[in-house]
Amino acid sequence: MDENLAAIWLTLRLAATVTLVLLLVGTPIAWWLARTRAWFKGAIAAIVALPLVLPPTVLGFYLLLTMGPDGPIGALTQALGIGTLPFTFWGLVVASCFYSLPFVVQPLQNAFEAIGERPFEVAATLRAGPWDRFFTVALPLARPGFITAAILGFAHTVGEFGVVLMIGGNIPGVTRVVSVQLYDHVEALDYAQAHWLSGGLLFFSFVVLFSLYTFNRRASTSFGPGG
Amino acid sequence: MTIHSKGVISACFTLRHENFLLDVALSLPAKGVTILYGQSGSGKTTLLRCLAGLAYAKTGSLSVDGHRWQGDGVFLPTHERPIGYVFQEASLLEHLTVAGNLRYAQFRAGSENSSNRSLSNQELIELLGIETLMQRKPHQLSGGEKQRVAIARALFSQPRLLLMDEPLASLDTQRKREILPYLEKLRAELEIPIIYVTHSIDELSRLADWVVVLDQGRAVANGSLADVLTALDSPMQQGDAGVVLESTIVSREEQWNLMTVGFAGGELLLADNFQPAGTKLRVRIDARDVSLTLSRHKDTSILNALPATVVDVSAGHSQGTVLVKLRLGPKSTAAADEERQMNSQSGPDRDNGELLLSRITLRSAEHLGLAAGSEVWAQIKSVAVL
Repeated sequence: MDENLAAIWLTLRLAATVTLVLLLVGTPIAWWLARTRAWFKGAIAAIVALPLVLPPTVLGFYLLLTMGPDGPIGALTQALGIGTLPFTFWGLVVASCFYSLPFVVQPLQNAFEAIGERPFEVAATLRAGPWDRFFTVALPLARPGFITAAILGFAHTVGEFGVVLMIGGNIPGVTRVVSVQLYDHVEALDYAQAHWLSGGLLFFSFVVLFSLYTFNRRASTSFGPGG
Repeated sequence: MTIHSKGVISACFTLRHENFLLDVALSLPAKGVTILYGQSGSGKTTLLRCLAGLAYAKTGSLSVDGHRWQGDGVFLPTHERPIGYVFQEASLLEHLTVAGNLRYAQFRAGSENSSNRSLSNQELIELLGIETLMQRKPHQLSGGEKQRVAIARALFSQPRLLLMDEPLASLDTQRKREILPYLEKLRAELEIPIIYVTHSIDELSRLADWVVVLDQGRAVANGSLADVLTALDSPMQQGDAGVVLESTIVSREEQWNLMTVGFAGGELLLADNFQPAGTKLRVRIDARDVSLTLSRHKDTSILNALPATVVDVSAGHSQGTVLVKLRLGPKSTAAADEERQMNSQSGPDRDNGELLLSRITLRSAEHLGLAAGSEVWAQIKSVAVL
């Protein structure tokens, strides 16, 4: 039971960290994708969306190679004296960020695109410069998108398995998240424990999605029709 | 090409957009209301967006009252231009209240030009009648209320030039009637130039000091309201030809519920609107409401007959009619006309009388032998008080 709680705590810590990092990194990417007319926009959008279709093990395999001692990121982290990232908590964070990136970027991009050009033109005629417009018009008007992005990013990180196994392995308290713990229980034919964890994840997922849909309905009505 | 001088807005833009070409070179007065008039697709909104820096004409130059905004390697982005802009449709920031929208503008307004507006922000709120709306969110406002807030917000940013893109077009007739009086008040109170886009002859008649007529991306007329309305070759004559007179209430005849309004070259009797003498008033007289006689008819129900001299006669837009341009004012020989007080207006003022248009049939024009210099009486069947 203590192992289960440790796994849950680790999972929540990982998901919260990843969500925070992704909101910081994903916002400028989503903003750029929503506003740019660059010819290579399609390529960037495709790269961001790759984790949606790629088997997590493929992603994990390549991340393992690049972050490993012979990979470019591995060489960099070693040169900085951090050691290598695989099989550490921060290795999981980096891998999960790639894995959950589209779940954060796409709702944000949709939210930014839905604002349209007009509010920015309005703000410009009221002397608001580009940064001012981003913080006082884009961010507040994209608020529902941020909430959706945070919830999806968090929930999706909680549910990952393949990438974690490739990058993190199965170290109790360090990389053994709920989904891996569940796998262990099933392997050991400990169905009572497996039920406990599975039921918990099922309940968690439902609550998350339910609150997401409830919030989105409220948000769309509070901004009013045509608002 | 452009004149870089004070008191003038010089604008040259060439902008190709798909199969539309805007190509204008204009010099506009940097005071009063300039109306950009034309059908939809004539390029008036594009021109306004070029003035605001919201559209970028690669070949273009713009200087406003001595300040260069575009040209010679300069292109001020919109947020560095001291403009106020009222969009055609409601454009309030949806996440802010009315007060929040006004603060957004006020907070970013340069304070250095606060002297160029005679109205304080509080007076502006009262003038536009939005004081009770301050805590509402935009989606709780009617279309007319939103536009009034948008106008107030544009002025809260202390602009040196106010640009308005058909601010009434998205509103129904009722709401238009609700806002127009506010616009007329602003016109009277503001000291900054206003450039106002519309395709409504009514808004043009009420608000314009200067008119630019646009057609397919080109300026086909550019001049003062009177000049553009009375030029016989003006594109305005294709629609409802007519003139707008700036008049003043002189006196009232209470027993008849009438009032007398005066202007250069004459007076008119109109239905009393119960405003005090001295009030300024714009009236519009359509060319089709003016008939001509060679002598004064006393046995007629028509209230207003004014002496005038024919300036020019041209073929009307519709077949079988002519458009007659008249200079109002007493004939020198009829200066003794006893019923009208001509005071000192008989002499040199005769050349300064207002112009009037009359649309009559070609047959009548031939019959009366009308030509430049003919002296006639203009019988005015109806006058619209604006």
